[in-house]
Amino acid sequence: MDTTDLFSTIFSFENYAELLPLVSNSIVAGALLGLVGGLVGVFVMMRDMAFAVHGIAELSFAGAAFALLIGANVVGGSIVGSILASLVLGLMGARAKDRNSIIGVMMPFGLGLGILFLALYQGRSANKFGLLTGQIVAVDDVQLGLLAVCSVVVIVGLALLWRPLTFVSVDPAVAAARGVPAGWLSAAFMVLLGLAVALSIQIVGALLVLSLLITPAAAALKVTARPVLTVVLSVSFAMVSVVGGIMLALAGRLPISPYVTTISFLIYVVCRVIAWQRMRVRHNRDAAEAAVAS
Amino acid sequence: MAFGDRVLWDGLDLDVAPGEFLAVLGPNGSGKSTFLNVLLGLKELSGGAVEVGGQPVTSGSRRIGSIPQQKSFPEDTPLRARDLVALGIDGHRWGPRLFGRKKLNERVDTLLEKVGATRYADQPLGILSGGEQQRLRAAQALADNPDLLLCDEPLLSLDLHHQRAVSSLIHRQACDHGAAVIFVTHEINPILQNVDRVLYLAGGRFHIGTVDEVMTSDVLSDLYGSPIEVFRSKGRIVVVGIPESVEHPHGAGHTDALMAGE
Repeated sequence: MDTTDLFSTIFSFENYAELLPLVSNSIVAGALLGLVGGLVGVFVMMRDMAFAVHGIAELSFAGAAFALLIGANVVGGSIVGSILASLVLGLMGARAKDRNSIIGVMMPFGLGLGILFLALYQGRSANKFGLLTGQIVAVDDVQLGLLAVCSVVVIVGLALLWRPLTFVSVDPAVAAARGVPAGWLSAAFMVLLGLAVALSIQIVGALLVLSLLITPAAAALKVTARPVLTVVLSVSFAMVSVVGGIMLALAGRLPISPYVTTISFLIYVVCRVIAWQRMRVRHNRDAAEAAVAS
Repeated sequence: MAFGDRVLWDGLDLDVAPGEFLAVLGPNGSGKSTFLNVLLGLKELSGGAVEVGGQPVTSGSRRIGSIPQQKSFPEDTPLRARDLVALGIDGHRWGPRLFGRKKLNERVDTLLEKVGATRYADQPLGILSGGEQQRLRAAQALADNPDLLLCDEPLLSLDLHHQRAVSSLIHRQACDHGAAVIFVTHEINPILQNVDRVLYLAGGRFHIGTVDEVMTSDVLSDLYGSPIEVFRSKGRIVVVGIPESVEHPHGAGHTDALMAGE
């Protein structure tokens, strides 16, 4: 493949106008996932649970693969898989250290199961690959409905839990003294997280959920500490990544995930550079003040 | 109070008056943190009763404020100084903050001013120094004008200057408003000018009294069951000879180091 071919594989805007309506469902789904991912991501970062997200994703993948094999609803399968995984984590891994080892044990098992189910599956191979690396055209009206309902559940749930969950996440000692029920909050959050992971897998695939659930929030936290702004930025970053990724994927012949992950990675890099610049300015100012004072 | 057959203390009858500043001292594992957790309603006494303001304690009581052990917030915590204080006011409530933001902001501003933290009110929490963060915790704990303020080693890992400043602040803000303060610490010197009474826990026993009554060679030797010398030098108290282990397997040596020098 020469350079021109390579380029047209990645970007080709021929027939773009005709293709776009075909993926309108995917774009709506992508926007919803961006919203959910951006919101949940803020708590994933606060609670230091990036690894847990990855572990849940692999079990969600196993659930989806199993659903594919027996001809059941794939979204339903991945939701069952990830909620089971989240509950196990929530019940067994209250402490971060326990949690990490449980995830380390669960993750390869989930991935192995998923591969087993896919190997047994006799249908279209694009379906198989899509679960791992994402797909754009697979969202039909029924699935979109299911995605929308689950997204609403996650968003309403997070809105209710927001304040006490923030309190327990950043300041567990004082929150406990204030009588905030840390155990319940953590369990409820795990369920919401499981739902969010299961939804994300439908678009970006099991291997790349982190690009939706971690990267946008991590980028937002680099540039602001204002709670409201953090949420707004995290959600916008996630939406731009997914929707932008879908639109670009349409123009090439590649799966959607490289586009989504690249956009969210670039956003993160830009935010890091901004944070680094600011730190340098602050450092210089402090040094100047110290010089004046002495 | 006991865990299994290990008795932390027994027959402790203590009445803390409003405005009183009580320091709780003792080696690691002597039950200082348990003492606070009992008052917070997070642990139950194995026998006896505990009351705050004439009522039995319940977990999450608004009449008790607490400042936890100094532990820095990670750099990317998505909160500003003022947001931490606001959580102290309404962080236990469900749902988003829809109404009353203006009133909340005013209250946060007043609290920040009380602890002298107005200058960095809008700074990210994660970049503030340990001393600045502890001032915010004090503001957070004072949010409800509590009757009782519990402090668990709030000065740990602060430098001497900040230790004095933070402890005087706690003393001024709480005791002058009629709240009792219970202050768990390894190190009595930074709070010496504020302390009314001392509760010293060690080896399953305790001693209560003023600093002069408790911090003596005789009392401490008796509590630890081995000879200990207490010196006074330039308004500081230096304790020498706390044994490496006081029937507790870990950490007593650490206490010794902290007590003996600043």
